[in-house]
Amino acid sequence: MAGRPPSSHPYHQVAIVGAYNTKQARRLPGQTMHSLLLDAVFGACADAGVDVSTVDAFVGQNPAELIYDLGLGPVTRAMSNLGIPAIRDAAHLITTGEATTVVLATAGAGLLLNDGATAPWTRPTNELVVSYGLFTAAEFALMARRHMLTYGTTPEQLATVAATIRNNGHVHPDAVYSGRGPFTAADILASPMIADPFHLLDCSMTSEGGCAMVLTRADMAADTRHRPVYILGSASDSFGPAYSQAPSWDMRGATSGVAPGDVPAGYVGRRAARTVFRQSGLGPDDVDVCEFYDPFSFEIIRQLEAFGFCGEGEGGELVMDGAIAPGGRWPVTTDGGTMSFGHSGISTQQIQRVIRGVQQLRGTCTTMQVTGAEVALCSNGGSGALFNDLMLLGVEQP
Amino acid sequence: MMLEPRLNGIPVPRIAAESAPYWEGTRAGELRFQRCDACAAPNFGPGLACRSCRSRSLTWTTGSGRGAVFSWTVVWRPQTPAFDVPYAPAIVRLDDGYDLLTALVGLDHTEITEGLRVAVEFHPISADVTLPFFHPDNDH
Repeated sequence: MAGRPPSSHPYHQVAIVGAYNTKQARRLPGQTMHSLLLDAVFGACADAGVDVSTVDAFVGQNPAELIYDLGLGPVTRAMSNLGIPAIRDAAHLITTGEATTVVLATAGAGLLLNDGATAPWTRPTNELVVSYGLFTAAEFALMARRHMLTYGTTPEQLATVAATIRNNGHVHPDAVYSGRGPFTAADILASPMIADPFHLLDCSMTSEGGCAMVLTRADMAADTRHRPVYILGSASDSFGPAYSQAPSWDMRGATSGVAPGDVPAGYVGRRAARTVFRQSGLGPDDVDVCEFYDPFSFEIIRQLEAFGFCGEGEGGELVMDGAIAPGGRWPVTTDGGTMSFGHSGISTQQIQRVIRGVQQLRGTCTTMQVTGAEVALCSNGGSGALFNDLMLLGVEQP
Repeated sequence: MMLEPRLNGIPVPRIAAESAPYWEGTRAGELRFQRCDACAAPNFGPGLACRSCRSRSLTWTTGSGRGAVFSWTVVWRPQTPAFDVPYAPAIVRLDDGYDLLTALVGLDHTEITEGLRVAVEFHPISADVTLPFFHPDNDH
Protein backbone atom coordinates (compact mmCIF):
# COMPACT_ATOMS: atom_id res chain seq x y z
CA MET A 1 0.00 0.00 0.00
CA ALA A 2 1.51 3.30 -1.10
CA GLY A 3 2.65 5.64 1.63
CA ARG A 4 2.25 3.02 4.30
CA PRO A 5 4.79 0.47 5.45
CA PRO A 6 3.72 -3.18 5.25
CA SER A 7 2.05 -4.26 8.46
CA SER A 8 3.94 -6.60 10.72
CA HIS A 9 0.63 -7.98 11.94
CA PRO A 10 0.72 -11.80 11.74
CA TYR A 11 -2.50 -11.96 9.70
CA HIS A 12 -1.96 -8.85 7.55
CA GLN A 13 -1.89 -10.93 4.36
CA VAL A 14 -4.95 -13.06 5.15
CA ALA A 15 -8.58 -12.43 4.22
CA ILE A 16 -11.63 -14.54 4.98
CA VAL A 17 -13.65 -14.52 1.77
CA GLY A 18 -15.91 -17.57 2.00
CA ALA A 19 -18.24 -18.65 4.80
CA TYR A 20 -20.98 -21.21 4.31
CA ASN A 21 -23.25 -23.49 6.30
CA THR A 22 -24.83 -26.56 4.72
CA LYS A 23 -28.36 -27.41 5.69
CA GLN A 24 -28.54 -28.09 9.45
CA ALA A 25 -31.12 -30.43 10.93
CA ARG A 26 -31.62 -32.83 13.79
CA ARG A 27 -31.08 -35.57 11.19
CA LEU A 28 -30.11 -35.35 7.52
CA PRO A 29 -31.26 -38.68 6.06
CA GLY A 30 -29.16 -39.82 3.12
CA GLN A 31 -26.28 -37.51 4.00
CA THR A 32 -22.92 -38.73 5.25
CA MET A 33 -20.10 -36.82 6.85
CA HIS A 34 -18.30 -36.91 3.52
CA SER A 35 -21.25 -35.77 1.42
CA LEU A 36 -21.75 -32.86 3.81
CA LEU A 37 -18.05 -31.98 3.56
CA LEU A 38 -18.37 -31.78 -0.22
CA ASP A 39 -21.53 -29.66 0.07
CA ALA A 40 -19.64 -27.37 2.42
CA VAL A 41 -16.60 -27.04 0.11
CA PHE A 42 -18.69 -26.20 -2.95
CA GLY A 43 -20.91 -23.87 -0.96
CA ALA A 44 -18.05 -21.92 0.58
CA CYS A 45 -16.26 -21.57 -2.75
CA ALA A 46 -19.47 -20.33 -4.39
CA ASP A 47 -19.96 -17.89 -1.52
CA ALA A 48 -16.46 -16.59 -2.12
CA GLY A 49 -16.68 -16.59 -5.90
CA VAL A 50 -13.65 -18.87 -5.99
CA ASP A 51 -13.34 -21.75 -8.45
CA VAL A 52 -12.77 -25.00 -6.55
CA SER A 53 -9.95 -25.87 -8.95
CA THR A 54 -7.91 -22.90 -7.67
CA VAL A 55 -7.89 -24.13 -4.07
CA ASP A 56 -4.34 -25.13 -3.16
CA ALA A 57 -4.78 -26.24 0.45
CA PHE A 58 -7.39 -28.09 2.49
CA VAL A 59 -7.59 -27.85 6.26
CA GLY A 60 -9.94 -29.51 8.73
CA GLN A 61 -11.67 -32.84 8.39
CA ASN A 62 -10.63 -35.44 5.79
CA PRO A 63 -8.56 -33.01 3.69
CA ALA A 64 -6.77 -35.77 1.79
CA GLU A 65 -10.06 -37.42 0.84
CA LEU A 66 -11.42 -34.09 -0.40
CA ILE A 67 -8.31 -33.49 -2.50
CA TYR A 68 -8.66 -36.94 -4.07
CA ASP A 69 -12.40 -36.71 -4.70
CA LEU A 70 -12.05 -33.27 -6.26
CA GLY A 71 -9.05 -34.32 -8.36
CA LEU A 72 -6.89 -31.47 -7.12
CA GLY A 73 -3.54 -32.99 -6.15
CA PRO A 74 -0.84 -32.12 -5.50
CA VAL A 75 -2.07 -29.55 -3.00
CA THR A 76 -1.49 -29.06 0.72
CA ARG A 77 -3.48 -30.99 3.31
CA ALA A 78 -3.45 -30.20 7.02
CA MET A 79 -5.62 -32.36 9.24
CA SER A 80 -7.33 -30.76 12.20
CA ASN A 81 -10.45 -31.53 14.17
CA LEU A 82 -10.30 -28.27 16.06
CA GLY A 83 -12.26 -25.12 15.35
CA ILE A 84 -10.52 -21.77 15.63
CA PRO A 85 -7.04 -23.36 15.69
CA ALA A 86 -7.85 -24.91 12.30
CA ILE A 87 -8.65 -21.45 10.95
CA ARG A 88 -5.26 -20.33 12.20
CA ASP A 89 -3.70 -23.34 10.43
CA ALA A 90 -5.33 -22.10 7.23
CA ALA A 91 -4.11 -18.55 7.83
CA HIS A 92 -0.58 -19.76 8.50
CA LEU A 93 -0.46 -21.61 5.19
CA ILE A 94 -1.10 -18.24 3.54
CA THR A 95 1.31 -16.20 5.67
CA THR A 96 4.11 -18.67 5.03
CA GLY A 97 3.46 -18.62 1.30
CA GLU A 98 2.71 -22.33 1.11
CA ALA A 99 -0.79 -21.68 -0.23
CA THR A 100 -2.86 -18.82 -1.58
CA THR A 101 -6.43 -20.14 -1.31
CA VAL A 102 -7.31 -22.44 1.55
CA VAL A 103 -10.58 -24.25 2.27
CA LEU A 104 -11.42 -25.38 5.77
CA ALA A 105 -14.32 -27.84 5.86
CA THR A 106 -15.98 -29.76 8.67
CA ALA A 107 -19.18 -31.77 9.10
CA GLY A 108 -20.94 -34.15 11.44
CA ALA A 109 -23.52 -36.81 10.62
CA GLY A 110 -24.28 -40.34 11.67
CA LEU A 111 -22.76 -39.82 15.10
CA LEU A 112 -26.02 -39.92 17.01
CA LEU A 113 -27.69 -43.10 18.18
CA ASN A 114 -31.22 -43.51 19.46
CA ASP A 115 -30.11 -45.57 22.45
CA GLY A 116 -31.51 -43.52 25.31
CA ALA A 117 -28.07 -42.18 26.08
CA THR A 118 -26.37 -38.84 25.67
CA ALA A 119 -24.50 -38.16 22.41
CA PRO A 120 -21.46 -40.46 22.26
CA TRP A 121 -18.93 -37.65 22.03
CA THR A 122 -20.21 -36.14 25.28
CA ARG A 123 -19.17 -39.11 27.42
CA PRO A 124 -15.72 -39.11 28.97
CA THR A 125 -13.48 -42.16 28.57
CA ASN A 126 -10.60 -41.36 30.93
CA GLU A 127 -10.17 -44.07 33.55
CA LEU A 128 -10.43 -41.67 36.50
CA VAL A 129 -13.81 -40.26 35.50
CA VAL A 130 -15.42 -42.84 33.18
CA SER A 131 -17.47 -44.66 35.81
CA TYR A 132 -19.36 -41.75 37.37
CA GLY A 133 -21.99 -41.13 34.73
CA LEU A 134 -20.60 -37.82 33.56
CA PHE A 135 -21.40 -36.12 30.30
CA THR A 136 -20.71 -32.62 29.12
CA ALA A 137 -23.61 -31.01 30.98
CA ALA A 138 -22.47 -32.54 34.28
CA GLU A 139 -18.86 -31.50 33.77
CA PHE A 140 -19.82 -27.91 32.94
CA ALA A 141 -22.24 -27.92 35.89
CA LEU A 142 -19.31 -28.53 38.24
CA MET A 143 -17.79 -25.24 37.05
CA ALA A 144 -21.08 -23.31 37.05
CA ARG A 145 -21.81 -24.46 40.60
CA ARG A 146 -18.61 -22.85 41.85
CA HIS A 147 -19.51 -19.53 40.24
CA MET A 148 -22.97 -19.66 41.82
CA LEU A 149 -21.50 -20.44 45.24
CA THR A 150 -18.84 -17.75 45.00
CA TYR A 151 -20.75 -14.89 43.36
CA GLY A 152 -24.39 -15.68 43.96
CA THR A 153 -25.09 -16.19 40.26
CA THR A 154 -28.69 -17.36 39.88
CA PRO A 155 -30.59 -19.87 37.75
CA GLU A 156 -32.62 -16.92 36.40
CA GLN A 157 -29.43 -15.31 35.09
CA LEU A 158 -28.45 -18.55 33.37
CA ALA A 159 -31.95 -18.89 31.95
CA THR A 160 -31.84 -15.35 30.59
CA VAL A 161 -28.77 -16.28 28.56
CA ALA A 162 -30.47 -19.40 27.23
CA ALA A 163 -33.66 -17.54 26.32
CA THR A 164 -31.67 -14.84 24.52
CA ILE A 165 -29.68 -17.28 22.40
CA ARG A 166 -32.62 -19.58 21.71
CA ASN A 167 -34.66 -16.61 20.57
CA ASN A 168 -31.86 -15.66 18.17
CA GLY A 169 -32.24 -19.15 16.69
CA HIS A 170 -36.03 -18.99 16.79
CA VAL A 171 -36.06 -16.17 14.22
CA HIS A 172 -33.22 -17.57 12.07
CA PRO A 173 -34.69 -19.36 9.05
CA ASP A 174 -31.76 -21.82 8.76
CA ALA A 175 -31.51 -22.78 12.44
CA VAL A 176 -32.33 -26.36 13.39
CA TYR A 177 -34.79 -24.94 15.92
CA SER A 178 -36.09 -22.15 13.71
CA GLY A 179 -39.56 -21.23 14.89
CA ARG A 180 -39.21 -23.13 18.15
CA GLY A 181 -39.90 -20.25 20.49
CA PRO A 182 -39.90 -17.55 21.57
CA PHE A 183 -38.73 -18.38 25.09
CA THR A 184 -38.78 -16.51 28.37
CA ALA A 185 -36.40 -17.20 31.22
CA ALA A 186 -39.35 -18.84 32.98
CA ASP A 187 -39.73 -21.26 30.04
CA ILE A 188 -36.08 -22.28 30.42
CA LEU A 189 -36.51 -22.82 34.17
CA ALA A 190 -39.66 -24.88 33.56
CA SER A 191 -37.84 -27.35 31.31
CA PRO A 192 -36.68 -30.64 32.89
CA MET A 193 -33.57 -30.58 35.05
CA ILE A 194 -30.65 -32.37 33.34
CA ALA A 195 -27.62 -31.76 35.54
CA ASP A 196 -28.29 -29.20 38.23
CA PRO A 197 -28.09 -26.19 37.66
CA PHE A 198 -28.68 -26.90 33.96
CA HIS A 199 -32.20 -27.44 32.71
CA LEU A 200 -32.76 -29.02 29.30
CA LEU A 201 -33.02 -25.61 27.63
CA ASP A 202 -29.78 -24.39 29.27
CA CYS A 203 -27.94 -27.01 27.21
CA SER A 204 -26.85 -27.23 23.60
CA MET A 205 -28.77 -29.61 21.36
CA THR A 206 -27.36 -32.10 18.88
CA SER A 207 -27.85 -32.11 15.14
CA GLU A 208 -26.22 -32.86 11.80
CA GLY A 209 -24.66 -30.55 9.27
CA GLY A 210 -21.46 -29.06 7.95
CA CYS A 211 -19.77 -25.79 7.13
CA ALA A 212 -16.70 -24.43 5.39
CA MET A 213 -14.64 -21.28 5.06
CA VAL A 214 -12.34 -19.95 2.36
CA LEU A 215 -9.28 -17.91 3.23
CA THR A 216 -7.10 -16.26 0.63
CA ARG A 217 -4.29 -13.76 0.25
CA ALA A 218 -5.56 -10.29 1.08
CA ASP A 219 -4.26 -8.88 -2.21
CA MET A 220 -6.42 -11.40 -4.08
CA ALA A 221 -9.56 -10.70 -2.05
CA ALA A 222 -10.77 -7.86 -4.26
CA ASP A 223 -12.00 -10.38 -6.82
CA THR A 224 -14.24 -12.21 -4.36
CA ARG A 225 -17.99 -11.73 -3.90
CA HIS A 226 -18.23 -10.23 -0.44
CA ARG A 227 -16.48 -7.63 1.63
CA PRO A 228 -13.36 -9.40 2.96
CA VAL A 229 -13.12 -9.99 6.69
CA TYR A 230 -9.77 -9.92 8.47
CA ILE A 231 -8.28 -11.69 11.46
CA LEU A 232 -7.26 -9.03 13.98
CA GLY A 233 -6.04 -11.55 16.54
CA SER A 234 -6.32 -15.13 17.69
CA ALA A 235 -5.08 -17.17 20.63
CA SER A 236 -5.83 -20.35 22.59
CA ASP A 237 -5.78 -21.35 26.25
CA SER A 238 -5.80 -24.88 27.68
CA PHE A 239 -5.42 -26.39 31.12
CA GLY A 240 -5.09 -29.92 29.76
CA PRO A 241 -7.20 -32.57 28.11
CA ALA A 242 -10.93 -32.14 28.52
CA TYR A 243 -12.94 -34.58 30.61
CA SER A 244 -10.03 -36.54 32.08
CA GLN A 245 -9.86 -35.04 35.56
CA ALA A 246 -11.86 -33.07 38.08
CA PRO A 247 -12.76 -29.73 36.44
CA SER A 248 -11.95 -27.60 39.48
CA TRP A 249 -12.66 -23.89 39.12
CA ASP A 250 -9.50 -22.87 40.97
CA MET A 251 -7.01 -25.20 39.31
CA ARG A 252 -4.00 -23.02 38.56
CA GLY A 253 -0.88 -23.72 36.53
CA ALA A 254 2.53 -22.22 37.02
CA THR A 255 2.33 -19.94 34.01
CA SER A 256 -1.31 -19.05 33.52
CA GLY A 257 -1.61 -15.40 32.57
CA VAL A 258 0.92 -12.65 33.00
CA ALA A 259 1.66 -13.53 36.60
CA PRO A 260 2.10 -17.11 37.78
CA GLY A 261 -1.21 -18.63 38.70
CA ASP A 262 -3.37 -15.55 38.20
CA VAL A 263 -5.86 -17.27 35.91
CA PRO A 264 -7.80 -20.17 37.46
CA ALA A 265 -9.28 -22.85 35.22
CA GLY A 266 -12.68 -21.24 35.74
CA TYR A 267 -11.42 -18.25 33.79
CA VAL A 268 -9.63 -20.15 31.06
CA GLY A 269 -9.59 -17.91 27.99
CA ARG A 270 -8.46 -14.82 29.92
CA ARG A 271 -4.84 -15.15 28.85
CA ALA A 272 -5.98 -15.75 25.26
CA ALA A 273 -8.24 -12.68 25.40
CA ARG A 274 -5.36 -10.53 26.64
CA THR A 275 -3.27 -11.83 23.76
CA VAL A 276 -5.98 -11.15 21.19
CA PHE A 277 -6.54 -7.63 22.44
CA ARG A 278 -2.79 -6.98 22.49
CA GLN A 279 -2.42 -8.28 18.92
CA SER A 280 -5.22 -6.02 17.73
CA GLY A 281 -4.67 -2.96 19.88
CA LEU A 282 -8.35 -3.19 20.77
CA GLY A 283 -10.34 -4.00 23.90
CA PRO A 284 -13.80 -5.19 24.90
CA ASP A 285 -15.23 -1.69 24.34
CA ASP A 286 -14.27 -1.96 20.66
CA VAL A 287 -16.20 -5.22 20.16
CA ASP A 288 -19.57 -4.84 18.43
CA VAL A 289 -20.79 -8.44 18.55
CA CYS A 290 -19.80 -11.48 20.64
CA GLU A 291 -20.11 -14.77 18.79
CA PHE A 292 -19.35 -16.82 21.90
CA TYR A 293 -19.50 -20.58 22.11
CA ASP A 294 -22.64 -21.56 24.02
CA PRO A 295 -22.52 -25.22 25.06
CA PHE A 296 -24.35 -24.20 28.25
CA SER A 297 -26.02 -20.98 29.31
CA PHE A 298 -23.54 -20.28 32.08
CA GLU A 299 -20.66 -20.24 29.62
CA ILE A 300 -21.70 -16.83 28.27
CA ILE A 301 -21.54 -15.32 31.76
CA ARG A 302 -18.19 -17.00 32.36
CA GLN A 303 -16.69 -15.79 29.10
CA LEU A 304 -17.88 -12.20 29.56
CA GLU A 305 -15.94 -12.20 32.83
CA ALA A 306 -12.93 -14.19 31.59
CA PHE A 307 -12.45 -11.98 28.52
CA GLY A 308 -12.72 -8.71 30.47
CA PHE A 309 -16.17 -7.49 29.40
CA CYS A 310 -16.99 -7.09 33.09
CA GLY A 311 -15.48 -7.88 36.45
CA GLU A 312 -15.45 -11.27 38.15
CA GLY A 313 -18.90 -12.12 39.42
CA GLU A 314 -20.54 -9.33 37.40
CA GLY A 315 -21.55 -11.41 34.38
CA GLY A 316 -24.93 -12.40 35.80
CA GLU A 317 -25.97 -8.78 36.30
CA LEU A 318 -24.61 -7.82 32.89
CA VAL A 319 -26.87 -10.31 31.11
CA MET A 320 -29.87 -9.21 33.22
CA ASP A 321 -29.22 -5.60 32.14
CA GLY A 322 -29.84 -6.55 28.52
CA ALA A 323 -26.24 -6.23 27.34
CA ILE A 324 -26.39 -9.47 25.38
CA ALA A 325 -29.89 -8.97 23.98
CA PRO A 326 -30.68 -7.73 20.47
CA GLY A 327 -29.80 -4.03 20.40
CA GLY A 328 -27.72 -4.42 23.56
CA ARG A 329 -24.11 -3.40 24.00
CA TRP A 330 -22.75 -6.86 23.18
CA PRO A 331 -25.25 -9.08 21.38
CA VAL A 332 -24.17 -12.72 21.73
CA THR A 333 -24.37 -15.78 19.53
CA THR A 334 -26.72 -14.13 17.10
CA ASP A 335 -27.68 -17.17 15.00
CA GLY A 336 -28.79 -19.29 17.97
CA GLY A 337 -25.49 -21.11 18.41
CA THR A 338 -25.28 -24.69 19.62
CA MET A 339 -28.56 -24.28 21.51
CA SER A 340 -30.60 -23.62 18.40
CA PHE A 341 -28.67 -23.10 15.13
CA GLY A 342 -26.64 -26.32 14.97
CA HIS A 343 -24.38 -28.64 16.94
CA SER A 344 -23.19 -31.55 14.84
CA GLY A 345 -20.17 -32.57 16.87
CA ILE A 346 -16.52 -32.59 15.86
CA SER A 347 -15.75 -28.95 14.99
CA THR A 348 -18.61 -27.75 12.80
CA GLN A 349 -20.34 -25.87 15.58
CA GLN A 350 -17.02 -24.28 16.54
CA ILE A 351 -16.27 -22.98 13.04
CA GLN A 352 -19.86 -21.74 12.88
CA ARG A 353 -19.10 -19.12 15.54
CA VAL A 354 -16.56 -17.57 13.18
CA ILE A 355 -18.84 -17.97 10.16
CA ARG A 356 -21.49 -15.97 11.99
CA GLY A 357 -18.88 -13.37 12.92
CA VAL A 358 -17.98 -13.06 9.23
CA GLN A 359 -21.65 -12.67 8.27
CA GLN A 360 -22.11 -9.97 10.90
CA LEU A 361 -19.13 -7.98 9.61
CA ARG A 362 -20.26 -8.37 6.00
CA GLY A 363 -23.60 -6.97 7.13
CA THR A 364 -25.43 -9.81 5.40
CA CYS A 365 -27.27 -11.40 8.32
CA THR A 366 -30.97 -11.66 7.53
CA THR A 367 -31.78 -11.83 11.24
CA MET A 368 -30.21 -10.18 14.26
CA GLN A 369 -27.80 -8.14 12.16
CA VAL A 370 -25.86 -5.82 14.46
CA THR A 371 -26.03 -2.47 12.69
CA GLY A 372 -22.63 -1.27 11.54
CA ALA A 373 -20.73 -4.12 13.17
CA GLU A 374 -17.00 -3.74 12.51
CA VAL A 375 -15.40 -5.96 15.17
CA ALA A 376 -16.56 -9.44 16.25
CA LEU A 377 -15.07 -11.60 18.98
CA CYS A 378 -15.60 -15.33 18.34
CA SER A 379 -14.86 -18.11 20.79
CA ASN A 380 -14.80 -21.89 21.06
CA GLY A 381 -14.58 -24.23 24.01
CA GLY A 382 -15.46 -23.74 27.64
CA SER A 383 -14.44 -24.21 31.14
CA GLY A 384 -15.86 -27.68 31.77
CA ALA A 385 -13.58 -28.65 28.88
CA LEU A 386 -10.68 -26.57 30.24
CA PHE A 387 -10.01 -24.67 27.02
CA ASN A 388 -10.98 -21.55 25.11
CA ASP A 389 -9.96 -20.56 21.58
CA LEU A 390 -10.54 -16.96 20.51
CA MET A 391 -10.55 -15.12 17.21
CA LEU A 392 -11.13 -11.40 16.76
CA LEU A 393 -12.45 -10.40 13.34
CA GLY A 394 -12.55 -6.96 11.76
CA VAL A 395 -13.53 -5.18 8.56
CA GLU A 396 -10.22 -3.34 8.28
CA GLN A 397 -7.01 -5.01 7.16
CA PRO A 398 -4.70 -5.10 10.21
CA MET B 1 -33.89 -39.06 47.21
CA MET B 2 -31.24 -41.17 48.95
CA LEU B 3 -28.17 -41.45 46.71
CA GLU B 4 -26.62 -44.88 46.22
CA PRO B 5 -23.58 -46.00 44.24
CA ARG B 6 -24.29 -46.94 40.60
CA LEU B 7 -22.33 -50.17 40.03
CA ASN B 8 -24.02 -52.34 37.41
CA GLY B 9 -23.61 -52.00 33.66
CA ILE B 10 -21.54 -48.84 33.96
CA PRO B 11 -18.35 -48.14 31.93
CA VAL B 12 -15.30 -49.82 33.46
CA PRO B 13 -11.95 -47.96 33.44
CA ARG B 14 -9.10 -49.18 31.27
CA ILE B 15 -6.13 -48.90 33.58
CA ALA B 16 -3.01 -47.13 32.32
CA ALA B 17 0.49 -48.02 33.50
CA GLU B 18 1.01 -44.78 35.47
CA SER B 19 -2.20 -45.19 37.41
CA ALA B 20 -1.91 -48.89 38.30
CA PRO B 21 -0.80 -48.05 41.88
CA TYR B 22 -3.95 -45.94 42.33
CA TRP B 23 -6.20 -48.86 41.39
CA GLU B 24 -4.15 -51.30 43.48
CA GLY B 25 -4.89 -48.94 46.34
CA THR B 26 -8.63 -48.83 45.81
CA ARG B 27 -8.71 -52.65 45.67
CA ALA B 28 -6.92 -52.63 49.02
CA GLY B 29 -9.38 -50.11 50.46
CA GLU B 30 -6.93 -47.21 50.34
CA LEU B 31 -6.96 -43.91 48.48
CA ARG B 32 -3.42 -43.49 47.13
CA PHE B 33 -1.84 -40.49 45.44
CA GLN B 34 1.62 -39.33 44.46
CA ARG B 35 3.64 -36.88 46.54
CA CYS B 36 6.56 -34.94 45.13
CA ASP B 37 9.92 -35.84 46.67
CA ALA B 38 11.26 -32.36 45.90
CA CYS B 39 8.49 -29.97 46.97
CA ALA B 40 6.13 -32.30 48.89
CA ALA B 41 3.10 -31.21 46.80
CA PRO B 42 0.42 -33.84 46.22
CA ASN B 43 0.05 -34.91 42.59
CA PHE B 44 -3.21 -36.26 41.21
CA GLY B 45 -4.19 -37.63 38.68
CA PRO B 46 -1.24 -39.92 38.42
CA GLY B 47 1.58 -38.39 36.41
CA LEU B 48 5.23 -38.62 35.51
CA ALA B 49 6.27 -35.19 36.77
CA CYS B 50 5.19 -32.95 39.65
CA ARG B 51 2.62 -30.41 38.45
CA SER B 52 3.85 -27.95 41.08
CA CYS B 53 7.63 -27.99 40.57
CA ARG B 54 8.24 -30.25 37.54
CA SER B 55 10.39 -32.66 39.54
CA ARG B 56 10.26 -36.15 38.07
CA SER B 57 10.65 -37.80 41.45
CA LEU B 58 7.24 -38.80 42.81
CA THR B 59 6.38 -41.35 45.46
CA TRP B 60 3.04 -43.06 45.97
CA THR B 61 1.50 -42.62 49.39
CA THR B 62 -1.79 -43.44 51.09
CA GLY B 63 -4.13 -40.62 51.94
CA SER B 64 -6.69 -40.01 54.65
CA GLY B 65 -9.74 -40.70 52.50
CA ARG B 66 -11.38 -37.64 54.02
CA GLY B 67 -12.22 -34.28 52.58
CA ALA B 68 -14.90 -31.76 51.75
CA VAL B 69 -17.31 -31.24 48.87
CA PHE B 70 -15.90 -28.61 46.51
CA SER B 71 -18.50 -28.81 43.75
CA TRP B 72 -21.27 -31.14 42.66
CA THR B 73 -24.17 -31.67 40.32
CA VAL B 74 -27.31 -33.75 40.63
CA VAL B 75 -28.04 -35.58 37.38
CA TRP B 76 -31.66 -36.26 36.39
CA ARG B 77 -31.10 -37.25 32.77
CA PRO B 78 -28.64 -40.16 32.84
CA GLN B 79 -25.57 -40.56 30.66
CA THR B 80 -26.85 -44.02 29.74
CA PRO B 81 -29.78 -46.02 31.11
CA ALA B 82 -27.30 -47.88 33.36
CA PHE B 83 -27.24 -44.87 35.65
CA ASP B 84 -30.41 -44.65 37.75
CA VAL B 85 -31.30 -41.06 38.56
CA PRO B 86 -30.66 -39.08 40.53
CA TYR B 87 -26.93 -39.44 41.00
CA ALA B 88 -24.45 -36.84 42.12
CA PRO B 89 -21.02 -36.54 40.50
CA ALA B 90 -18.83 -34.32 42.66
CA ILE B 91 -15.40 -32.89 43.13
CA VAL B 92 -14.09 -33.75 46.59
CA ARG B 93 -11.16 -31.74 47.90
CA LEU B 94 -9.18 -34.25 49.94
CA ASP B 95 -7.57 -33.18 53.20
CA ASP B 96 -4.35 -34.35 51.57
CA GLY B 97 -4.54 -31.36 49.23
CA TYR B 98 -5.82 -32.61 45.89
CA ASP B 99 -9.15 -32.89 44.08
CA LEU B 100 -10.89 -36.12 43.08
CA LEU B 101 -13.78 -36.59 40.69
CA THR B 102 -16.19 -39.01 42.34
CA ALA B 103 -19.86 -39.36 43.28
CA LEU B 104 -21.65 -38.67 46.56
CA VAL B 105 -23.67 -41.43 48.24
CA GLY B 106 -25.40 -42.11 51.53
CA LEU B 107 -27.35 -38.87 51.73
CA ASP B 108 -30.37 -37.23 50.20
CA HIS B 109 -29.59 -35.20 47.08
CA THR B 110 -31.01 -32.08 48.77
CA GLU B 111 -28.54 -32.42 51.66
CA ILE B 112 -25.42 -31.71 49.61
CA THR B 113 -23.74 -28.44 50.54
CA GLU B 114 -20.47 -26.70 49.82
CA GLY B 115 -17.81 -27.85 52.24
CA LEU B 116 -19.79 -30.86 53.47
CA ARG B 117 -17.34 -33.20 55.23
CA VAL B 118 -17.12 -36.56 53.46
CA ALA B 119 -15.23 -39.84 53.75
CA VAL B 120 -14.41 -42.47 51.15
CA GLU B 121 -16.10 -45.85 50.72
CA PHE B 122 -15.13 -48.46 48.15
CA HIS B 123 -17.22 -50.61 45.81
CA PRO B 124 -15.83 -53.19 43.35
CA ILE B 125 -17.29 -53.10 39.83
CA SER B 126 -14.99 -55.70 38.21
CA ALA B 127 -12.15 -58.04 39.11
CA ASP B 128 -9.63 -55.24 38.58
CA VAL B 129 -11.53 -52.11 39.42
CA THR B 130 -12.83 -50.86 42.75
CA LEU B 131 -14.33 -47.38 42.70
CA PRO B 132 -14.17 -44.75 45.44
CA PHE B 133 -17.39 -43.00 46.42
CA PHE B 134 -17.86 -40.49 49.25
CA HIS B 135 -20.48 -40.35 52.02
CA PRO B 136 -21.06 -37.80 54.79
CA ASP B 137 -18.30 -38.05 57.38
CA ASN B 138 -20.13 -38.30 60.66
CA ASP B 139 -16.88 -38.26 62.64
CA HIS B 140 -16.46 -34.57 61.82
